[in-house]
Amino acid sequence: MPLTRFPDLPHIPVRPEDIVPQRINRAPSPWLASGLPWISIMLASLAAFSPVIASAPVVPPLAFMVFLAWRMLRPSLLPIWAGLPLGAFDDLYSGQPFGSGIVLWSAAMLVMDSIDNRLLWRSFVQDWAVAGLLMTAYLVLAAALAGLAAGYPLPMVIGPQLLVTLALYPLVTRLMALLDRIRLLPLSTV
Amino acid sequence: MARPADRRPGFSRRAQYGIFTGYVIAVAGFVAGAGLLIVSILNPAAFSSVRGAASELARPAGEAGAETRAAGQGVIAAIGAYFQAGQQNAALSREVAAARANALTMQALESENRRLKALLGIVDPVVKPIAAARLIGSTAASARRYAVLSAGSAQGVRAGQPVRSAAGLIGRVIETGPGTARVLLVTDPENVVPVRRARDGLPAFIEGKSDGRIAIRLINMGVNPLKPGDVFVTSGSGGLYPPGIPVAVVTQVLHDGGVGHLASDPADADFVVVLPAFQPAAAAALGASQQAAGPAPDASGGGNGI
Repeated sequence: MPLTRFPDLPHIPVRPEDIVPQRINRAPSPWLASGLPWISIMLASLAAFSPVIASAPVVPPLAFMVFLAWRMLRPSLLPIWAGLPLGAFDDLYSGQPFGSGIVLWSAAMLVMDSIDNRLLWRSFVQDWAVAGLLMTAYLVLAAALAGLAAGYPLPMVIGPQLLVTLALYPLVTRLMALLDRIRLLPLSTV
Repeated sequence: MARPADRRPGFSRRAQYGIFTGYVIAVAGFVAGAGLLIVSILNPAAFSSVRGAASELARPAGEAGAETRAAGQGVIAAIGAYFQAGQQNAALSREVAAARANALTMQALESENRRLKALLGIVDPVVKPIAAARLIGSTAASARRYAVLSAGSAQGVRAGQPVRSAAGLIGRVIETGPGTARVLLVTDPENVVPVRRARDGLPAFIEGKSDGRIAIRLINMGVNPLKPGDVFVTSGSGGLYPPGIPVAVVTQVLHDGGVGHLASDPADADFVVVLPAFQPAAAAALGASQQAAGPAPDASGGGNGI
């Protein structure tokens, strides 16, 4: 059933494109266009400094989800070596042993590249499934590495976190799609 | 939707080399990350200075978050209190009457205690807290349980010092920066706390389970004397934590110990207090032996005779 339209509702300027009225003679700002993905991933890493002091791993790995979402939305925007600097930055805040982010994020970039070469078509469900596999592998391996660093066998505590992560991924991709439209706002004069 | 074809360089030699270099850097990054990972697993303190600098950078955001947390909890508590006002009033009146009687008994006991200590010539060392600070961040997405404190070496905080809130033990400081410090929470599996049952001094030690609860392991095996609701406080053995800080309450009794929840949830603590290490020399020796012997859960709990 198609959604009903309400023609008498006032027009609400929610689209980012409406913020910039003039489009002729304008182009996206190069700083914003190439920097926003990096900044958004690093801000997601800083989500560790959240108001919640968690006693258990409950918060999904937001930075990795944002990283995957950008990679799926714009496959060539992040260079294939982006896992090296971004993973290192995430390691500073995530509490994982330093290096685990670098390894896992670099591996995720390489795996995504190989998946892109094999699957020629993309769809919402397929993207979600691929991201689900990658995020599951990421969480299990990260918990295993943390267990190795603590000298303690892998605690089966990531179940709830994994479910939240899988369920939240489409929402994160929507948010990144919104950021992508902000990224391409024609702000600078040509 | 077909995937974008912008990875194909065509005949441009320069673009081909660019893509090849990207792959080389990516694989080199993976290998370098694996090397760093091995270094940091073998020597956990290897990158503490970098982490300290990173925490310093994020400190303003963390402090703002900590204030929001306190305000948000106040609002929620106020709304909850409104709904339960009548019931709570009656319950509190009863509790106050009971507490008043207890307080009188306590005063009598305290004066008697003071008199007896004066007779025996015991002088209580006054434990002066080193700093009061907020918890400004935690590793909410990782299986390790760390928190970041908004006070560091500039305030006199050093590695090995215990951290407590008003309600109980939070953890101990493991790394310090100039204005921030990293705290290993009690719920981390690496943190082992020697404790005794508050009621009768039954010795045990407490290990984090990393899921918000803690495992209570008894020193004396045999009949399990634990009961749900038993309170465990630090025993002072091992020299790290001063005795008498509440740590855990038993919620579930197992055949060889129990599972408990924390006496003080770090999420509820508005301010925490850093205390001096109970016996710094013992703490240093403990740290050295732990570093030499690797993570051994009995090193601070069972090994040195609680």
